[in-house]
Amino acid sequence: MENLGYLAVLLAFCLSVYAVPASVVGRVRNKPFLIVSAERSVYAIWFLVTAASAILVYALMAGDFRFAYVASHSNRAMPAVYKFAAWWGGQEGSLLFWSWLLACYAVVVILLNRRRNRQIMPYVTAILMSVQAFFLLMNAFVANPFQMLAVDRLITAVPDGRGLNPQLQYFAMAIHPPMLYLGYVGFTVPFAFAVASLIRRMPGDAWIHTTRRWTLVTWLFQSIGILLGAKWAYHALGWGGYWAWDPVENASLLPWITATAFLHSVMMQEKKGMMKVWNVVLISSTFFLCIFGTFITRSGLISSVHAFAQSPLGRYFIAFLALGIAATVYLILDRLEFLKSEARLESVVSRESSFLFNNLILLASCFAVLWGTLFPKISELVSGEQISLDATWFNRLMIPIGLFLLFLTGVGPLFAWRRTSVDSLRRNFLWPSLASAALVAGLLLAGVRHIYALISFGFCVLVALTIVAEFYKGASAIAAKNHMNFARALLELTHRNTRRYGGYLVHMGIVLMFVGFTGAAFNRDATAEVSVGSSMRIGHYTLKVDRLTEGDNENYNWHRARLQVYKNGDYLGSLEPERRFYKANEQSLGHIGLRSRPHEDLYVNFASMSDDNTKAVIQAYIFPLVPWIWIGSAVLVFGTLVALVPSKVKMQYARTEVVGIARKYAPVEK
Amino acid sequence: MKRYGKFAVLIVLIIGALVWLAAGGMGESKTYYKTIAELGQMGERAYGARLRVAGDVEDGSIVRKGPLVEFTLIQENQKLKVQYTGTDPLPDTFRSGAQALADGRLERDGVFRASKIQAKCASKYEMKPGEKSPGAAKTSL
Repeated sequence: MENLGYLAVLLAFCLSVYAVPASVVGRVRNKPFLIVSAERSVYAIWFLVTAASAILVYALMAGDFRFAYVASHSNRAMPAVYKFAAWWGGQEGSLLFWSWLLACYAVVVILLNRRRNRQIMPYVTAILMSVQAFFLLMNAFVANPFQMLAVDRLITAVPDGRGLNPQLQYFAMAIHPPMLYLGYVGFTVPFAFAVASLIRRMPGDAWIHTTRRWTLVTWLFQSIGILLGAKWAYHALGWGGYWAWDPVENASLLPWITATAFLHSVMMQEKKGMMKVWNVVLISSTFFLCIFGTFITRSGLISSVHAFAQSPLGRYFIAFLALGIAATVYLILDRLEFLKSEARLESVVSRESSFLFNNLILLASCFAVLWGTLFPKISELVSGEQISLDATWFNRLMIPIGLFLLFLTGVGPLFAWRRTSVDSLRRNFLWPSLASAALVAGLLLAGVRHIYALISFGFCVLVALTIVAEFYKGASAIAAKNHMNFARALLELTHRNTRRYGGYLVHMGIVLMFVGFTGAAFNRDATAEVSVGSSMRIGHYTLKVDRLTEGDNENYNWHRARLQVYKNGDYLGSLEPERRFYKANEQSLGHIGLRSRPHEDLYVNFASMSDDNTKAVIQAYIFPLVPWIWIGSAVLVFGTLVALVPSKVKMQYARTEVVGIARKYAPVEK
Repeated sequence: MKRYGKFAVLIVLIIGALVWLAAGGMGESKTYYKTIAELGQMGERAYGARLRVAGDVEDGSIVRKGPLVEFTLIQENQKLKVQYTGTDPLPDTFRSGAQALADGRLERDGVFRASKIQAKCASKYEMKPGEKSPGAAKTSL
């Protein structure tokens, strides 16, 4: 069976290598059968990679420990869901997963574009398949998931595997990689369309219209992936952080930043025909940063808590990145004349300008994160010494950037195109600014002196109110005109322009998340060694140890403390933090106790047993406002989904759309 | 190019502020990544600078003294005594034989006071099957 799996990977690799030239030659020489054969190889590749993946997953589920991959990432005691998740739990498997997702995306792209975009589809196929070929090359020759242990020849049978790393045996973690990967891989598609239209010298932005939903869906997956990672870190790592500026976290953030910039700047191109070069650059950067992210996580380039084993993958990735970037840069430079801007900036206080600054800031933050992440390597090249920058550096830089972005989130959408009048500024911002100033004054009186926290809360109120006002004004106009009740008018308003109002909802989600982030300015913690009957205090909570128990199951054994929580003398319930020791890989892991309320989380970690094994070392934390991060995430997801719903009123673009010239060339059935 | 004058000024201001922030933060945040052997050769420079040292935790060297944790790091037969003074819990992966990264400063008494410890067992994500089944080591990539 393992041979079948490997054969499938090899065949898929050959087909992907075939599909690239077939597609291009078919297009250039006008040979429809070649184009069709390339598209059919895409289907075949999907079938083959699916078969290979199915074999690997079956081996993981069934516990076929002759597979080296299965032996090191699965074991008998693990619950089935984690056996399945072990597919993407390790190097070889996750690269196969990458290939499989790309194959799925490629099939969907081809199915959706059987009749549309025929003039560029062969190039799109070629680009998708070049990327596919690269990853299948990794699967087949560098990180082969079908590597077998030499059972019965050199060694005796392996009775049981090492199991998935216990830190990954956590539900959010099981679905975090697929989400992130759906995002990473998905950006290959808009990139392929952008490059294909460059190759074809297509003026206009057909590629942007075609890929708008792709980009949005992909961005959504990526956001969910990053947020799940944050949630996992918060729950599983025991110190209550959700973000630590670790290289691997940064790697996932980088393409997200450029993608966010892209989502905003395409509006400039659609509405005004500006920033065309910029958009191509952004989508290409996003794609290459996705590959770069996979590379950082997979190669162990930079020492990180998450870093995977050192491996020879690195040079392949560098070669692929170098080639890809060189080709893209050449294409853009060669085709610059097709990307000329059709309008100019007119005023600093305008929608155009707010997009410009949004992009500038996002790009600056992307560059800053990249710089900080790669600094150990840069400094080693320059001075021979590896110097790393820690979270304080990132925070120092990224907090002001974040606040500025938050501010733009509020004001940008309310600026008019071209220029904004003083009158409209007053109309839109007078009350929100006053409310925001009142809140800041109130907080100052209440004794809050944390400067960033004050600014952040002030901006949050400003932005939230401007968004609410937009909904309110629009909906009441509709309600008055059509004699509807307000709730229906609200729905109608959103439905008329889902993109705009969905966007507002996403902004609202971001505001709520900022409220949560700001809570970090007021964190508290306490650590104590406690025995049964004793208690510890943190803030206005008293934690009384009710009992300490221990136990055992197939997968791990555990110590558990039951803590009774009192607040100002009132009993609130109990928390049961646990310390587990996973047998298969001899690793211990905390399982926190959490009491989550909208205003704050009480977070308790069972750090260890004391040396004489009678007392428990308990770490307690208060994290104000953290739940708002997750609430904001949900709003962000909802807003993105709203933006994906087709608008009831089709937006009219003043600029002419490019009409396809398909029929002459490609095999279009009509 | 007068019409773009205001934009240029704003952009320069923003970028300038960010570069200033970034450069200012560099001094207090930068941490030198050193091997234990290099630490010995640094002489006076070793005291005061923020350092990051990697090594394996010596078997059985972990001792808890109240809130402090002491252990010894080994790297290529060079040893370094480390005292952990931070408040965050030690990572779950920190144990005898694990690879650890200690962030902190070297004190005059020759003890490394670490404010942050990161650890990964040598085989955190990628475990060599060879550890359990001799003869299979060549399968690891």
